[in-house]
Amino acid sequence: MGNYFTRHLQVMIASLGKLREAPLAAFLTITVIAITLALPSALHIVIKNALQVTGGWAGAVDFSLYLKPDIDEDQARTLATLLDGRADIAQVTLIPADEALAEFAALSGFGDAVDALDENPLPHTLVVRPLAGLSADASALLKQEMDSLPETDIVQLDTEWVGRFQSMLKLVRRALFMTAGLLGIALLVVIGNTIRLDIQNRRDEIEIMQLIGASDGFIRRPFLYTGFWYGLGGGLLALAVVGAGLILLAGPVSELAGQYGSRFSLSGLSAKESAIVVGTGLALGLGGSWFATARHMRRILPT
Amino acid sequence: MIRFDNVSKRYPGGQEALKNLTLQIDKGELVFVTGHSGAGKSTLLRLIGLIEKPTRGQLLVDNRSTRGIRKGKIPAYRRDLGMVFQDHKLLFDRTVFDNVALPLVIAGMGHREIGKRVRAALDSVDLLRKEKQRPETLSSGEQQRVGIARAIVGRPKIVIADEPTGNLDPELSLGIMRLFDRFREIGVTLLIASHDLALIGQFGHRHIALSDGVLEYDSAAEAKPASDAY
Repeated sequence: MGNYFTRHLQVMIASLGKLREAPLAAFLTITVIAITLALPSALHIVIKNALQVTGGWAGAVDFSLYLKPDIDEDQARTLATLLDGRADIAQVTLIPADEALAEFAALSGFGDAVDALDENPLPHTLVVRPLAGLSADASALLKQEMDSLPETDIVQLDTEWVGRFQSMLKLVRRALFMTAGLLGIALLVVIGNTIRLDIQNRRDEIEIMQLIGASDGFIRRPFLYTGFWYGLGGGLLALAVVGAGLILLAGPVSELAGQYGSRFSLSGLSAKESAIVVGTGLALGLGGSWFATARHMRRILPT
Repeated sequence: MIRFDNVSKRYPGGQEALKNLTLQIDKGELVFVTGHSGAGKSTLLRLIGLIEKPTRGQLLVDNRSTRGIRKGKIPAYRRDLGMVFQDHKLLFDRTVFDNVALPLVIAGMGHREIGKRVRAALDSVDLLRKEKQRPETLSSGEQQRVGIARAIVGRPKIVIADEPTGNLDPELSLGIMRLFDRFREIGVTLLIASHDLALIGQFGHRHIALSDGVLEYDSAAEAKPASDAY
């Protein structure tokens, strides 16, 4: 058994040595794999951060209750406390009119114009976050109830936008899976073709091995390890590419978020997600080389 | 040890390389196979090496019919066989030691045992001092001796050699044949295909001659060769 593992280790290292004999070709193959893995990974990060920006799905269905102009801040606060106690509401946040105006003046760039106003035109606003998982019907009913409150002037629930956003996200997610699938097939072809060329170049060696009693498994082993190295190298380089992209974008994103008063910063791949990227690279590397050896070695017979 | 029972071999193109060959080779025999080009010498050896399969008849090797050996079992069968080729079939990106060690590595033998056996095999062909060299730095005769060392390193019961002295000068050829004769002395069964009747004549071993796929002469049957052309 010890010999078996020693042989595997030797073949593994020897396969790496073979790649070093043609470093440019190996690097190009690994780069292709890395870019192919980095694309869906980057798309995944975009979706993940988009969800983070919008505060998740719950944030996307918040109601804005614009209260009547004659409602003062104390009445608004009392109403907020009352609504907060409801079972179908997760959270109620009061945005006092003065605070809203100050924020508008700061973020809109119309500070001077706002200062010129005699009185604050904005009402007190309650941001009502329904309980997570509330059905569409229950949300509609809640909105109706909010609308019928005597203190309410307008209730705004941009369900159309939420619907669009959900559809877009579904589309992007579907596109991500399709792209990942297609790129996976492309990777299998790229790795398979690279291994096929390797098999062709080592045809004489394979014939000799067959003649002196090497099993298919023994002959296949170095090619599988070559695929393993391609996959591992591609996976690690993909992580590096994605990481570099995040570093390059982190500054501008923080700056943009800051302009909207947000402390949002880009989040990259978690340890589990990184392991999935490398694992996918390895699986495709081994899979591609397996298919190539199974298909092309069958055609090589000793002469 | 090896028995051909009415064995015929027809290639896809229609050429019949062997016709109803019946032949028995006993354990520890050294048999020279002669014949003109296309006589069927190589086909006979290729059938034993399971590189080809008989079209008709039965071939028994070590009391086992080759017809019953499944594809997956062919590598194990070949590991019990030593094969020597006219073109040596060495791996030029590996050292002499690594070339000779290959059958043992394939068999999964331990590192220490491989070292011992490879050095013993290289010593027997007088190439121990060249174990670290690459085959391209060796002469054709030395390369052939590496091929022979590789064939015998696994201590096979049977060695088949297809024109092992084909490209060598007479002195080297004689040395190679003497080497084979030493293996016979330790109980190895050998079949050697050759054109060189003069060389074969220097050894008193069994000699069979093929012509157009037919066994034309067998010294064991005390018949005279029909032709001295080969």
